[in-house]
Amino acid sequence: MTFADILAILPQQLVFGITLGTAYGLIAIGYTMVYGVLFMINFAHGDVFMIGAYVGWAMLGMLFASQVVPMNPIFVLPLLLIGAMVVTGAIGLLLERFAYRPLYQRGATRLGPLISAVGASIFLQNAVMLIAGAREKVYMTYSVFPRTWRFAVAGINVSVLVIVIALIALLMMLGLHWLVQRTWLGRSIGAVAEDREMAAVMGIDVWRVVALTFCIGSALGGAAGVLIGFYYTQVNFYMGYAAGLKAFTAAVLGGIGNVRGAMLGGLILGIVESLAVTFINPAFKDVIAFAVLILVLMFRPGGILGEALPDWKRV
Amino acid sequence: MVLLRLENIMAYYGPIRALNDISITIEDGEIVCLLGGNASGKSTTMKTILGIVRPASGSVQFGGVRIDRLPTQAIVMRGISLVPEARRLFGRMTVRENLALGAYARRHEPAAELATDYDRIFALFPRVKERLDQSAGTLSGGEQQMVAIGRALMARPRMLLMDEPSMGLAPVFVDQVFDIIRTINQQGTTILVVEQNAAVALSIAHRGYVLRNGRIVHTDTAATLLASDEIRRAYLGDEE
Repeated sequence: MTFADILAILPQQLVFGITLGTAYGLIAIGYTMVYGVLFMINFAHGDVFMIGAYVGWAMLGMLFASQVVPMNPIFVLPLLLIGAMVVTGAIGLLLERFAYRPLYQRGATRLGPLISAVGASIFLQNAVMLIAGAREKVYMTYSVFPRTWRFAVAGINVSVLVIVIALIALLMMLGLHWLVQRTWLGRSIGAVAEDREMAAVMGIDVWRVVALTFCIGSALGGAAGVLIGFYYTQVNFYMGYAAGLKAFTAAVLGGIGNVRGAMLGGLILGIVESLAVTFINPAFKDVIAFAVLILVLMFRPGGILGEALPDWKRV
Repeated sequence: MVLLRLENIMAYYGPIRALNDISITIEDGEIVCLLGGNASGKSTTMKTILGIVRPASGSVQFGGVRIDRLPTQAIVMRGISLVPEARRLFGRMTVRENLALGAYARRHEPAAELATDYDRIFALFPRVKERLDQSAGTLSGGEQQMVAIGRALMARPRMLLMDEPSMGLAPVFVDQVFDIIRTINQQGTTILVVEQNAAVALSIAHRGYVLRNGRIVHTDTAATLLASDEIRRAYLGDEE
C-alpha cells in the first residue's frame, strides 16, 4: 500500500472511527459514572447496551410492519431511542436495586457486587436469547437511511447515517454535561462520587443518587445500542461482551470516574480500532482494544485525564 | 427550650464500647462544648447525633422529635449542619460549588433567597469571596476551615455541629475562627463544639461537658470549668 493510497482512505476511516468512537464513548460514560459513585465496574453494562440494540430492532420491526409512521429517520430515530432508553434505564434501576444494593447494605467487600455483575450479565444474555431466539437480528438500516443518502465532502464519501449517529451521540454527551454541571442532581452525583459520607451530611439521599446514576448510565448505553445497531446492522445476544470490554477500555483509557475522559477514551479507541482494521488486519479488531487496555493499565493506570482513586481523606 | 437531647446513649464500634451512658442537653441559643482527650468519645457523640453511628440504646431528640433511627440525610434536613473534623471539603470542586452543595437542603428555595446567604458568608469570610472559583483542595488549612463553616451555614441550620475546628490551624487562625463562632451564635445559631483545645473552647462556650473513655465525667458552666483546678491540670496544662 503506497503512501498515496493511505492518504486516500485515511479521512474515510477517520470518519468511521469517530462515529464508532462516539458510540463507545456513550457506553463508556455508563461505566465511568457507576464507578465514580460506587467504585464498582458494572460488568453487566455491556449487556444493557445489547438490550438497547434489541429493543431498537424490535421497535423497528413493529414500526415497519404497522407503517404507523413514515420510515424516515426523523420519526423512527427518536422513537427507537426513547424506547431503548426507557427500557435500559429501567433495567439499570433494577440491577442496582436487586443485584448490587443488597450486597452493599450487607457489608459486602468489593468482590461481592463484582461477581453479582457477572451473574447479572449471564442472566441478561440468556434472557434475551430465550426471548428473542439465538439467531442474529438484522436492523433494516437501509429502509430508514437509504444507501443513496451520502455526499462527498472534501473528497470523502460520507453517509448521512454516520453523520446522524455522531450527532446524536454528541448531543447526548452535551446533555449529560449540562446535567452534571448545571443541575442539583449532577452536583449531588459529584458529591457522592467524591465523599459519600459528606454528601449525606449535605442532605443528599445517597442511594437515590446511586440509583439515578445507574439509570442514566444504562440509558446512554441503551441509546448507543440503537446507534450501533443501525451502524453494523447485525445484533446478537453476546455482542455486549466485546462492546462492554471495549467501552470499559475506553473509560479506563480516559480516566475511570471521569465523564469527559470516557468521551475522549471512546473517541480515541474508535479511531484506533478503525485505523487498525484498515491498515493492519480486520481480524485484529477486538485485539487492538484489549492491547490498548493492557498498555494503559501498565503505563498509566490513571488514564489520560487521569483521576486517581479519590482520596477520602484529602482536604 | 431544649433543642437537642441525648439520653443514656450507648454506642459501639463492633465489640468496643465507644459511648457509655451519655446524656447531654443543649438549649436553644447556647454554645456547648464537648471536651476530652483522644478517643474520649467526642467525635463519636457527634456521629451519633448525625446518624453516622447508630446507638445501641438510648435516644436522641431534636426539637422534641426522636431522630436516632433516621438516616443521616433526614437528620440533616431537620436543621443540623456539620463542620467536620479536618474540614472534608469536596476538594475536586470549587469553593463556589462547595458552598452551593451546603445549600442542598434548601435547593427548592428561590435563588434570590440563597443569594442572601452567600452575602452573609462573604461578610463573615471576605477571603472566601476571593477564592470562589478556586479548587477547594488548593486552599490553605485556615481558608478551608472558613469554607467548611460557610458551607455548613448555607443550610441555615438551627444547630451547628463543629468537630475540632482548631485542629491543624495556626494559633492566630484559631482565635479568628472562634471569634466567628461566637458571632454566628449571636446571630441565632445554636452550636455544639467538640474540641481538644479546652481553653479556647471554654472561652466562648456557655456550658461544657468533659468526656473520658466514653463517659461524661464533668459538666458545668464554662466559667466554672475554666476556673476548676482539676480541669486545668488535665486539659489546659499546669500554668501555676
